[in-house]
Amino acid sequence: MIGADAIIKCLEAEGVEVVFGYPGVAICPFYNSILESDIKTVLIRTEQNAAHAASGMARLTGKPGVCAVTSGPGATNVITGIATAFADSIPLVCITGQVNSELLGSDVFQEADITGAVESFVKYSYLVKKVQDIPKIFKEAFYIANSGRKGPVLIDIPIDIQNATINNFHYPEEVSLRTYKPTVKGNMVQIKKVVKELEKAKRPIICAGGGVLLSEAEKELRAFAEAHKIPVVSTMMGIGVMPTKHPLYYGMVGNNGKAYANRAMNESDLLIMVGARVADRAISQPDLITQNKVLVHIDVDPAEIGKNAGPTIPLVGDAKHIFEDLLSAQDCECEHEDWIKTLDEYRISMEKKRTPNPAYVDPAAFITRLSEKMQDNGVYVADVGQNQIWSCGYHIVKDGKFLTSGGMGTMGYSIPAAMGAKLGDMSRQVIAVCGDGSFQMSMMELATIRQHNIPVKIIVLKNNYLGMVRQYQHFTYKDNYSVVDLSGSPDLEKLASAYDLPFFRLNDMNNMEEVLDAFLKEDESVLLECLIDPMDLV
Amino acid sequence: MQKKVFQLLVDNTSGVLSRISGLFSRRGYNIESITAGVTADPRFHRITIVATGDDQILEQIEKQVAKLVDIRDIRELKPDESVYRELALIKVKAAASERQGVISLAGIFRANIIDVASDSLIVEMTGDQSKIDAFLSLLEGYEILELARTGIAGLCRGSENVIHITE
Repeated sequence: MIGADAIIKCLEAEGVEVVFGYPGVAICPFYNSILESDIKTVLIRTEQNAAHAASGMARLTGKPGVCAVTSGPGATNVITGIATAFADSIPLVCITGQVNSELLGSDVFQEADITGAVESFVKYSYLVKKVQDIPKIFKEAFYIANSGRKGPVLIDIPIDIQNATINNFHYPEEVSLRTYKPTVKGNMVQIKKVVKELEKAKRPIICAGGGVLLSEAEKELRAFAEAHKIPVVSTMMGIGVMPTKHPLYYGMVGNNGKAYANRAMNESDLLIMVGARVADRAISQPDLITQNKVLVHIDVDPAEIGKNAGPTIPLVGDAKHIFEDLLSAQDCECEHEDWIKTLDEYRISMEKKRTPNPAYVDPAAFITRLSEKMQDNGVYVADVGQNQIWSCGYHIVKDGKFLTSGGMGTMGYSIPAAMGAKLGDMSRQVIAVCGDGSFQMSMMELATIRQHNIPVKIIVLKNNYLGMVRQYQHFTYKDNYSVVDLSGSPDLEKLASAYDLPFFRLNDMNNMEEVLDAFLKEDESVLLECLIDPMDLV
Repeated sequence: MQKKVFQLLVDNTSGVLSRISGLFSRRGYNIESITAGVTADPRFHRITIVATGDDQILEQIEKQVAKLVDIRDIRELKPDESVYRELALIKVKAAASERQGVISLAGIFRANIIDVASDSLIVEMTGDQSKIDAFLSLLEGYEILELARTGIAGLCRGSENVIHITE
């Protein structure tokens, strides 16, 4: 057995079913060995999308997504995808081929110091120096990626190590890391303090972030909120912790969120922030969430607590465990009828009124109607730009998932992530919604979709502008538009036909019902173009 | 701005020092000195970092460093509960006529003369930072040709806070 065979054995032991990647000489031993395995390989069309696809898959399966690329440019191309996963704490294991270990440091063909280059975007990285270390390193990598605060781990493997003979392959059953022991159980003293505050609180609220989804604590959070009638708001990454129409859910906070959600958070007297970083887009003024209120900050990463706002009660641990403990630690009768009534009034009076241009598709009404027609457990993947803000504002989550690149805001995320999500759970309907800018950042993946028959549905909201930047230039530079005109974009109908994909177009709202029905009915991958008002604002 | 001394126990993996220094530079933390060396158990290294910042930054430094996978432990070495030592090598320009003056100053500070050339000598001294600073200020009348300071290494006093490494 050689090192490359050992790597495949490790992936099999971890239950990996799909590897996204792009081969090159330095990773060829790996791609040769994988032929002997049942692991499916997906040839992505550019390496960045291998990491995005692995990210989409991880978010559906709860297991680290895996990608494997070659050395040099293959490895450097994947960095944006790794950074995107890192910003959203998505578990990935990225394997990069590397030049012969004896040549390391001598700037040979396709050599890049990838462990050095990704240092600030990975949870951990390895450069494999001995073939015998492969089982231990993979065991650790999968464990580190998917425990504590999750994130990407990179393993760089020189080609000679992949080709070296390994004796007595044994995959460790347990990880023994002397230095890495994340806290998952919350401290009971702190949990009791939270309960005490909750008993006193008149206007409690929970602000849930992506950490709740990563810890798969949606059920526990809902049970806790329902048991004590606590309203819930979420960050962008937290969308989906509760069904959008749940009576206790008051939408997304932040400068692109619902005004009533922000007001609810600011007027609360007890704010339970959980699995959220208190980052600038969600909380633009951290001092507002510490004034006149008790702030409880729950996070599995102690470094996030107190980074942007000083909490009254810090609580380190995994959201699932903590909500379980909170539920069993409390049996008080909590009713906050007046508070909920106030918030319900805010929800009605503060909903943003839009005046859509009837000559185009109104993205807000379109997205709402689309999500009503989607399967209950469908997966909605939003890209980045105006389309993302409309998706956050008007998509209705029922029992499904909402995926997007929140922390890094990486354009082009939706199509590869949707592919990964679909391969992660073929039973679910998966829809990617992007703008014409973000679409063109990953449209090469239509070939991957065609080649591997991945039935994801793609919607392009087309306005011939980089809308989010245009909007910024509209407000900040008084309509002095610079480098935001997307003229020259391809005819999407011809493009769809070039890839042999069914195509639909919506020019306005007139036949939306029929077109949406036909679009959703397609069994294979399908492209829908919606023309939207270029001057529309989020 | 405050100054804190942190003591780290880290896994002796390749790149651990660069992971730590990279964290400081990318997050914009101020590092005044950093020293590293192997411990009695060769699997581990001891690192002493002197950092400056306000309370919030210093707390973040401790948490962000603790988060690195290779870090076994980080704690503050409080001045009244710890000992700090730094080594300084000072090359002083001293002709034969000035030589005796430097030697006697070094004697007062229990520093050693470790090299003598015709017009210079090298003084080696160990102490906490204030002792070295005091010695350097006394040398003001002389020309210091070169100076090498190691940055401090430190340990907590007593045996109560020793970390016992277990598997």
